[in-house]
This record gives sequence, structure tokens and C-alpha cells, in this order.
Amino acid sequence: MAGTGLVFVGYVLLHMYGNLKLLAGEEAFNTYAEHLRTIGEPMLPHGGLLWAIRVVLVLSLVGHAYAAYSLWSRAGSARRTKYAAVKTASRTAWMRWGGTFILLFVVWHLLQFTILKFSVNGDKQGADVTQNPYELVVASFQVPWNTLIYVLALVALAFHLSHGTFSAQQTLGLTGDAGAYRRAKVVGHALAAVVVVGFLIPPLSILFGLIT
Amino acid sequence: MNLTLKIWRQAGPRHRGELKTYKVSDISPDMSFLEMLDVLNEQLNAAGEEPVAFDSDCREGICGMCGLMISGHAHGPEKTTTCQLHMRSFSDGDVITVEPWRADAFPVIKDLVVDRGSFDRIIQAGGYVSVNTGAAPDAHATPVPKANADRAFVAAECIGCGACVAACPNASAMLFMGAKVTHLSELPQGQPERMARVVSMVEQHDEEGFGGCTNVGACSQACPKGIPQDVISTLNKDLRSALRA
Repeated sequence: MAGTGLVFVGYVLLHMYGNLKLLAGEEAFNTYAEHLRTIGEPMLPHGGLLWAIRVVLVLSLVGHAYAAYSLWSRAGSARRTKYAAVKTASRTAWMRWGGTFILLFVVWHLLQFTILKFSVNGDKQGADVTQNPYELVVASFQVPWNTLIYVLALVALAFHLSHGTFSAQQTLGLTGDAGAYRRAKVVGHALAAVVVVGFLIPPLSILFGLIT
Repeated sequence: MNLTLKIWRQAGPRHRGELKTYKVSDISPDMSFLEMLDVLNEQLNAAGEEPVAFDSDCREGICGMCGLMISGHAHGPEKTTTCQLHMRSFSDGDVITVEPWRADAFPVIKDLVVDRGSFDRIIQAGGYVSVNTGAAPDAHATPVPKANADRAFVAAECIGCGACVAACPNASAMLFMGAKVTHLSELPQGQPERMARVVSMVEQHDEEGFGGCTNVGACSQACPKGIPQDVISTLNKDLRSALRA
């Protein structure tokens, strides 16, 4: 959980940086998107680094999900008779159901922007939109329900990251005294806050017409 | 105080159990929770019914024998053991649900009594030092830095009551094991067996059918001795070093 989770933390931060390029305008954003494919050439083939990252992400996803679902099922068999009185809605429910929601969201997100590249905006259709990364992003987030899906996913991601980042540090044995433990908690909350704010800026700017 | 109690009744390990409702009246707020159950049992005895079975021994919060899930809280709403929980923590007219620790590694023997032999077997797997340490040595015979001694002491406060497992959403015994590992890992006497200890204790833990730790922290909140989460980190670190070696 910890190792694969940290891969995702690193990736999410890179992804956020890329999204913020949207604020620099169409040319900067599209150049960045193209550069992701040409980076490392001619040492690497076209899109080589991007594919390497994708392979690492898929392997991490498989590992992360496998570990999560085995912990989930182990928890189920470790307490087959449940309590009649349950006091707390547990963080495990946030991690497990939240994580499942994030997984479904990632499928939607990849279909929308990577695999199929379709526009959910009725007014903006056609190859001009779908083959231009900047136009596709702007068109998509002008649609309130689509933006809402992303906001909900970010809320789930924030909870997931604030516990997950702390938890990874504890699993790796980095929280061995009271000070380190508090620091790990703070790192988790701070990372969650940075990621949510960083990822929300572009879609909300588009929704409220600051970027057109 | 007048209270309504919903208590788990189960005749034996293989019987089906259920929550039964009882009423107790004129309970003094100065009674402990177990004394309140004693009152109920006298009532049941007088009526010719089977008294409620529950574990207790020292009744002063140091032995770890008692432990009940009280309305969803291990050892009740205060940070203490069930025997040191007093009825002033409740209000007149309260409905209180009393259940045994729930974990497949802690099978119910009868009513509220569970078998915590799995903890003993984890200790047998490695929670010891294999040399005869004799009588208490002179304090300066083996120097231990103050910080390590303090931390070892905090971890050694664990009384093995099982509240950590009971409160854990995964029914994991990681805090218990972390406390035992940290206690010995902080001291010179624990060093020779440090790596072998953590590996065999974790193996035994998993074999007993406890769940896996997801660092939720419900264990430390429930612990009557306030064992901190950072002992789990020490356990993880020792396990990682042991597996690498």
C-alpha cells in the first residue's frame, strides 16, 4: 500500500503541475502536452517516457488495489460477528469506498481525456475541440455536472491522501516517536490541501468564465 | 440511577447468542461498571436466572482481565479499564449496550467472556528475552539512555486487555504487538533476539486470524494505558530490517 501509494502521490503532484499550465494559456498548455511525448528524444522513442510512466502507474494500481482488497477481505474474516452498537463511522470506510470511487473516477477521466477524447459540451463538438487538449479541457469544464464529478473526486482524493500519506509513513517506519508521528499527520493534511486547491483552480476558473 | 441494559447472552462457544434487555434500578453513580453488573447478577440469581458471565480480576485497572464493549466503545466512554469506569459517566435512564470483544481471534467462551489465548501465543512466539536475568540488577549495571528507558516504559504499560483489537475496524492486534516489540527493542536486553522476535510474532499474529493494520488509530484511542501509535511504526521498521537481513 505504502510504496504504490507514494508512486501515486508523486504522479498526482506532476499532474497538478501540468494542469496549472492551463493558466498560462492555450499555447503553453498544448506545448506542455506535446512535450510530454517528445521528452527524452532521440534517446527515447516518441512518447517513450509517457508510456514508461503509464506502465509504472498501471503496475502500481494493480498492487495498490490488490493490497487494499486483501486487507478489506481480511478485516471481514477477522470479525465475522459485527458489533450491534457501532459508534464511529470509520476512516477505513472512507479509504475503501472512497478509494473505489476514485478508481471509477479514474476510468471516466481516462475515457474522457485520454482514450476516447470526447466532449460532453453540446455546443463544442468536433475534431477542433477533441484533438486540441486546451479546447477539450475548457469545453468539458464549462459543463457544470462534469465539473461536479471532478469536485467530488477531489474531495474523496483529499480524504484518501490525508490518511494515506500519513499511513504510508507509518508503514515505512518513519513515525517512530511522538514528534515524527505529528509531523507525518501534518504532511498528510498539507498534501491533501495542496492537491485539492491545485487541482480545483483550473476547472473552477473555467466554470466561472475566467478561462475561455 | 435507573438503567436499561442490552447485554449479549451466549450459553457457550458453539451456541448462538443474542442481545437481551434487563433493567437495573437504584444504581449509585459511585459504583464501578462491574459493580453495577454485580447488582444485576444478584437480581438474576434471586430470580433463578443464569447470571451474566464477565471477566474481571484486580478491579483496579492494572491486570487487563476485564474488558467490555460498552455502547460501541471499548471499555466505555472514558479512557480507562471497564473496572475503573464509574457509573457517573452515564445518566439516569440511559440505554447501555454491552457486548464482548468481537474478533475471530477472540472467540466467545460465554456471554461477555472471550478467549484471549491468541495474545499469549503471540507472546510465546517472541515476546520474551531468552536469558535468565536473575534478580533486579543494580540500576547502573546496564546503562540505558533516559529517552529509551522512557519509551520502553510507555510501551511496557500494555496490560494485554485486547481493547485495541476490539476497537480496530480491521480487528488487528498491531498495537498490542507494537507495544511488546517496542518495549524490548528499546532496551539492551532485547537486542540479540530483536529481528527474530518481530518476524515470529507477526507470523503468529497472522496465523491467529487477526486483521491487517491500516493505521486508523482507533486502537490508541481505546487503549486504557494510552499506548501511542508510534509503536506500530517501530514494529514496521523492525520487520522491514528483519526481512531485508
